[in-house]
Amino acid sequence: MNISLLIISTFLILALYLGIQARKGKDMNMEQFALGGRGFGTFFIFLLIAGEIYTTFTFLGGSGWAYSKGAAAYYVPAYIFLAYVLSYWLVPKIWRYSKQHAIISQPEYFASKFKSRSMGMIVAVLGSLALIPYIVIQLKGLGIIVSEASYGVISPVAASVIGAIVVTTYVMISGIHGSAWTAILKDFMILAVVIFLGVYIPFHYFGGIQPMFETVQATKPEMLVLADQGLSQSWFVSTVLLNALGFYLLPQTFMVVLSSNGERTLRKNAIALPLYTLLLLFVFFIGFAAIMEIPGLQGADGDLSLLRLAIQTFDPWVIGVIGAAGLLTALVPASVMLMAASVGLTNSFYKVLVPAATEMQQLIVSRMIIIVISIIALIVTVTGGEALAILNIMSYSLITQLAPALFCSLPKNNIINKHGAMAGILAGVLIVLYATIAEVKIATFLPDVPPAINDISTGVMALFINIIVTMIVSALTKHTNIRETETENLDKIS
Amino acid sequence: MNAIKLLLFVPFIGFLGLLSFANKVEPYILGMPFLLFWVAFWMVLASVILMIVYKFDPDNEGSDSE
Repeated sequence: MNISLLIISTFLILALYLGIQARKGKDMNMEQFALGGRGFGTFFIFLLIAGEIYTTFTFLGGSGWAYSKGAAAYYVPAYIFLAYVLSYWLVPKIWRYSKQHAIISQPEYFASKFKSRSMGMIVAVLGSLALIPYIVIQLKGLGIIVSEASYGVISPVAASVIGAIVVTTYVMISGIHGSAWTAILKDFMILAVVIFLGVYIPFHYFGGIQPMFETVQATKPEMLVLADQGLSQSWFVSTVLLNALGFYLLPQTFMVVLSSNGERTLRKNAIALPLYTLLLLFVFFIGFAAIMEIPGLQGADGDLSLLRLAIQTFDPWVIGVIGAAGLLTALVPASVMLMAASVGLTNSFYKVLVPAATEMQQLIVSRMIIIVISIIALIVTVTGGEALAILNIMSYSLITQLAPALFCSLPKNNIINKHGAMAGILAGVLIVLYATIAEVKIATFLPDVPPAINDISTGVMALFINIIVTMIVSALTKHTNIRETETENLDKIS
Repeated sequence: MNAIKLLLFVPFIGFLGLLSFANKVEPYILGMPFLLFWVAFWMVLASVILMIVYKFDPDNEGSDSE
């Protein structure tokens, strides 16, 4: 065992310990398990929401995209800070409604707003579908980090499996408390590592940050601006808007919002969080330095750029610390994602099928679902080969299809009904899946379309059609709706 | 929705609306190519705008709803 593997293992055990001890003194019920009893103040909410940004995706995918695509990578901090701006207005409304109606998961929120259990089921399935690529990103990233940082002693697959076991264990035991405690360790580590690398590497190799960019400009000036075609400005704007909309629709971020202890906590966080995204600049510096220092990584291998450059630069013990930080950036978000998916499925399926289920039974089912999702994500991780950024965009394209239903549900008079909302969501999701799997763009159907339109992201196109379908179906079913709502209200058990 | 919250539109319109103007390498500011600086600049400005909104937002008066 080499020194870096020793350091990584130590942190893995520490994370497991922190995750498990977090449960001490808590009587577990569903609300405690999923939301920490809605008791998290500004500090923990900050860490948990920030935890959802500083995932292995930002760590490896951010530098990986800067390395392989250049300025297009700026879309990541851009959508994140805009999501926080939007959150100031949006998330207190969601929190308030959920608190009043004792809602603990995203599918329940939609089921309650649209008075439809089928709506809850659709949202639960869609949420899990969007979360799986995201969990895969974490496990894949974890595999890359541990295998690179252990100098190949541990294979990526073995590392992904070990990581999945650890995270599944502590989530099952402690629920969101485990995530909150490991988040403290993680944020401290990642701050230190990213700032250190982002400053040290440009100075070490180029004598400063500006000299580094000037070297890139001299050889590959196209890396520093957005392209005219492909990853162009219209791609950038549409992807940023889409992801900013989708950020708080991701089941795990939605759940973190619900775990807050008040509306003001959420608003305060909105102020501080954009500044935290500045940290991503340092990640980009590393990616740009790697363009000059370790050229030649192709395609998805761009995700290796940060670690390869670090290995070339530092002693093994530093690599161990970097690896440990990377490991934590995979574990914390993955834990919240697993839980969000499982609580959503438990609430909208199990509770509906077995209305008399006790809290204890629900907890057991949630835990079993966590294991199942972990296993599915592991299988996809081991068999799939996409770059991290592509998986990220796919998750967002799927989950953003909930946006029309969410926004229409906010005012007192909802202009759309459950039929419209469900039809719209299904239409949008089918388009995203079809376009992603068959790799079609607008130009496939309209070959003469200008690049500015062709580059608009698939998710935005799907969203557009989603809105149209939602409106049309809502208008057509306007009258049937009133009667059905009444009958369903009578049926309602809770 | 109170008027002060309209300020929340500013980062969306300013940052994305003026993107074509910012899509260039030079001038370098704080060591960063202009486009990267533009992104960083709006992150900071977004935070400042949110702080202003928070301060004047009537929703934050009185005790927090529990």
